[in-house]
Amino acid sequence: MSTEQEILSAQQLDELIDLIKKFHGFDFSCYSKASLKRRVIRIMQNKKQTFYDLKHTLVNNQHFFQEFLDEITVNVTEMFRDPSFYKAINNQVIPYLSTYQHIKIWSAGCSSGEEVYSLAILMNETDLRKKSFIYGTDINTEMLKEARKGIYSLKKIKSYAENYQYSGLKGSLTDHFTIMYDAATIHSELKHNTLFSVHNLVSDAIFNEFQLISCRNVFIYFESELQEKILELFYNSLAPLGFLCMGSKETIRSDRFKKKFKIISSKENIYQKIVT
Amino acid sequence: MSLDNNIIAHWKKSEFLLIGGSAGSFKLIFNIVKNFNSNLDKAVIIIHRKKNFFSEIEKLFAENSRISLKEIRDKEVIRKNTIYIAPANYHTLIEKNGSFGLDVSEAIWYSRPSIDVTFESAAEAFKGRCTAILLSGANQDGALGLLKLRDNGCLTIAQNPEEAEMPQMPFAAIEIKAAEYILNSEEIFGLLQK
Repeated sequence: MSTEQEILSAQQLDELIDLIKKFHGFDFSCYSKASLKRRVIRIMQNKKQTFYDLKHTLVNNQHFFQEFLDEITVNVTEMFRDPSFYKAINNQVIPYLSTYQHIKIWSAGCSSGEEVYSLAILMNETDLRKKSFIYGTDINTEMLKEARKGIYSLKKIKSYAENYQYSGLKGSLTDHFTIMYDAATIHSELKHNTLFSVHNLVSDAIFNEFQLISCRNVFIYFESELQEKILELFYNSLAPLGFLCMGSKETIRSDRFKKKFKIISSKENIYQKIVT
Repeated sequence: MSLDNNIIAHWKKSEFLLIGGSAGSFKLIFNIVKNFNSNLDKAVIIIHRKKNFFSEIEKLFAENSRISLKEIRDKEVIRKNTIYIAPANYHTLIEKNGSFGLDVSEAIWYSRPSIDVTFESAAEAFKGRCTAILLSGANQDGALGLLKLRDNGCLTIAQNPEEAEMPQMPFAAIEIKAAEYILNSEEIFGLLQK
């Protein structure tokens, strides 16, 4: 009964994945297929490309690959996304973190930096800024450039400001920004304690030890086996009794890691490393 | 249009039921899920565009539960006798291995979840093994997805726009010939009871 000509078959998607790995060094083989396929089809439709056009351009046009990467990796993020999450961090995690001499935080898959700066503001508001340091990592170098700037459109800031109101923090979001014309720049002292660098969760290793790792709405793009592999990386990157934060609809699925983490908040998906 | 033998046979052999709804469909969806038998033997997947749809239906459903109702989580394996609700702020996709995948990419028709996104991935994952119903709504989300489901051999139904509170959504689907059947809500109830 199916007569519809498919824009991109499963085999063709696999072919593209192989090609990208060979020519550009990025491994998408364990990404969730339904979402990945949708993203690729979107590019093909926007560019009016057939599968063969896309293959050809990916191999021969280095500049195009960055554009492709921007589209493939979902870069939709917000400051204080899920305000109740920040409330939970403030109430249940901060009191514990405040006992440390130095607090190292890793925001994995940070995209344009909104989460890093949200955490920086939270640390500032809880008087922990001076002893904390936040690492933001992503596979997309262009996104990291945006993140380092810390400049957001006023339109975006307005929508983030509403989240901030619900996060339970004092004042308003704009207290932490300098506003000029239609753009808002994060205060430089909040930027001081941050560092953005390239890290690929699929292929790169541990680079530091952290008291808190936040990786929210990144696991949804990975198949279960890859999720487990990255959980291992996170577990090994956490200090004893360190915290792991995941997106609100994500879960630790494997029994192996369920035993290695204690649930701090099931609603907000905050876990603590158990030392065995 | 009455319920002929074809539609009843196709419904009975379906393993999955997809329901897409927006403005004006809450009551209808609630009445549908409330009336399911505990031996439904199918998985029901509901995509409603309203932000707090899950908490509202969960509250009402608690007292009427004969079948379990839950909000979809990433990578959850789809099981029979369960009603799944797509979470707000995510697109829900269906993987070929029979599990859910979530995605926070751009809103479509001003909405995340988008009915089209779920329907389109379901068409590939379920092929003919599913029945899909598009209900009242004030936009054209779901029409293209329903068409893809129909092209893949699924049973596709649009609520009769004449009785829908917001006719645009089922109407858009009917216009592009995505709906194999156009039914009133009484007929939809009747079919799902079979």
